[in-house]
Amino acid sequence: MSETRHTLYGVLGEFDSPTSLMAAARKVREAGYTRFDAFAPFPVPGLSEACGLEYGLRGWKHNLVPQLALLGGMSGCIGGFFLQYWVNVMAYPLNIGGRPLNSWPAFIPVTFELTVLGASTFAVFGMLALNKLPQPHCPLFTVPRFKHATSDGFFLCIEASDKKFNLAEATKFLASVNAKSVTEVRDED
Amino acid sequence: MSEGPTNAPEIPRLPRVLEPGHNFASVTDKISSIVLTRPVSLGWLAGFSIAFLILMLMLVSIAWLIVKGTGIWGINVPVGWGFAIVNFVWWIGIGHAGTLISAILFLLNQQWRTSINRFAEAMTLFAVACAGVFPLIHTGRPWMAFYMFPYPSTMGLWPQFRSPLIWDVFAVSTYGTVSALFWFVGLIPDLATLRDRATNKAAQIIYGMLAMGWRGSARHWHRYQSAYLLLAGLATPLVLSVHTVVSFDFAVGIVPGWHTTIFPPYFVAGAIYSGFAMVLTIAIPLRKAYGLEDFITMRHLENMAKVMLATGLIVAYGYFMEFFLARYSGNKFDMFLVDQRLHGPYSGYYFALILCNILTPQLLWIQKVRTNVAILFVMSLVVNLGMWLERFVIVVISLTRDFNPGAWGRYQATFWDYSTFVGTMGLFVSLLFLFVRGLPAISIAEMRELVAHTSEDDE
Repeated sequence: MSETRHTLYGVLGEFDSPTSLMAAARKVREAGYTRFDAFAPFPVPGLSEACGLEYGLRGWKHNLVPQLALLGGMSGCIGGFFLQYWVNVMAYPLNIGGRPLNSWPAFIPVTFELTVLGASTFAVFGMLALNKLPQPHCPLFTVPRFKHATSDGFFLCIEASDKKFNLAEATKFLASVNAKSVTEVRDED
Repeated sequence: MSEGPTNAPEIPRLPRVLEPGHNFASVTDKISSIVLTRPVSLGWLAGFSIAFLILMLMLVSIAWLIVKGTGIWGINVPVGWGFAIVNFVWWIGIGHAGTLISAILFLLNQQWRTSINRFAEAMTLFAVACAGVFPLIHTGRPWMAFYMFPYPSTMGLWPQFRSPLIWDVFAVSTYGTVSALFWFVGLIPDLATLRDRATNKAAQIIYGMLAMGWRGSARHWHRYQSAYLLLAGLATPLVLSVHTVVSFDFAVGIVPGWHTTIFPPYFVAGAIYSGFAMVLTIAIPLRKAYGLEDFITMRHLENMAKVMLATGLIVAYGYFMEFFLARYSGNKFDMFLVDQRLHGPYSGYYFALILCNILTPQLLWIQKVRTNVAILFVMSLVVNLGMWLERFVIVVISLTRDFNPGAWGRYQATFWDYSTFVGTMGLFVSLLFLFVRGLPAISIAEMRELVAHTSEDDE
């Protein structure tokens, strides 16, 4: 982001309800903007679709979390089982009650636990990484009203990096989709 | 569900999940003010001090244990585990209600979970912390506990993965980790709220670091929701597996009274039973002290009472099946054990257990009892006591009366057994006190979602 410092980040509009935010997001997307983002203090049902974020397999560009969780779960499962196999069959074979060295039913509980552990850690850390969090600074934090995005404010930001972006046009456009106030966002730094 | 929508004025019998008249700002204000603006009250200080003193008792007990060794406890042959395993199973079981509320009720789309899931998850974490203390210190040399993990040691030793005790290590550590992740992921949006509402510089920095730059972006929420749903889906089988593995610690052994296939489901039901009792024990004073009656309504308390009643009946079925199978199998050792439960030296514990776990909770069939906060509170304590007695009965009666009369014995807990147990309650309550002051005890983001949902219903 070094080239955008001291410069315009985007235009931020505030909306008075989740429904008007959703309608605005849909219009912004239909107008051909691609680099924009909506902000709400809770996950508004339908906002993802309004912003053009798809679910399921087709939505992998916007959400790779399920695939990552699957990968983590499979690594935990296969790695967990063969860890036990290697330990109890190859590295340190012990005869317990005359059972076979590879007594696989006894390895299931640990395999299961490690599957869950792998899938959960991949889901959480994958989600954070894909969201580019932790992110200590975001230009939006310089807008005083934006503090309400985590309590009762609904915002939409059209970013300056959008190909179609033009300051005057974007400002006018946000006002035309019922934003109750529109602010320019500049990175102070 | 037959429970109907969250805010259903047409069904007068059903109390609301959220009292009317709240909007996004008011729920945010009310919950975050407990952390941010409310001054430290005398009651909080007094409560925390007492809990902290009890926590000190735990530390003293553990220090003395490390100095003198496990001989200061009442354990000996034949009861080599004693209070350590009884307390471990009790605490870990209590934790299970937190995961049940946050994961299973989330998957079942039960909106009444919203205002209780956060502190129930906190309860899970703290209970797992208390549970973890016991196996650790029971080894006598807790600083060697890492031997249980598979790591390339210079001694060339590796763990024995066919042992339920190693399964326990993996189950409990996975459970602790996943519960912490689940809790933290749920907290991120609320930490951002606290960051943005805090006026004090230190609070802004601390909450700001913990919130990691969360700003409620739709793109973030999109991935966040899928991660949360996945965690709920993963935590659900996990919670069932954890107490199943705990029950394997017993069921894989051949001791009469332990070696039965009913143990896993019966342990899981018992865990949820005691956990819901503990959620009630915490929720009732919490809503009173912080004026959260609008959010933790009678509907919540009543629903929890119903879950307690249902799981209590499963537990009762478990007790009955133990008796029935002992008779039906014709195994003389199993039959003898049943006789020892009823007429042996520990029969008092057994009858107290039946009273606490089976007879008293039957009062919950009556709606007046379910909606009486004071009775519910007492009942929750009774059930917690009962579930502790259950584990005592399972551990002690079986071990002191196994196959060979020459191996029989008695078990008497010592002062240090009790002080360690009571001490972990100090740890638990201290952590709860700190949690209530430092983090939002109710999920603010989910309450806002509930507000949005409720206002839609009204339209």
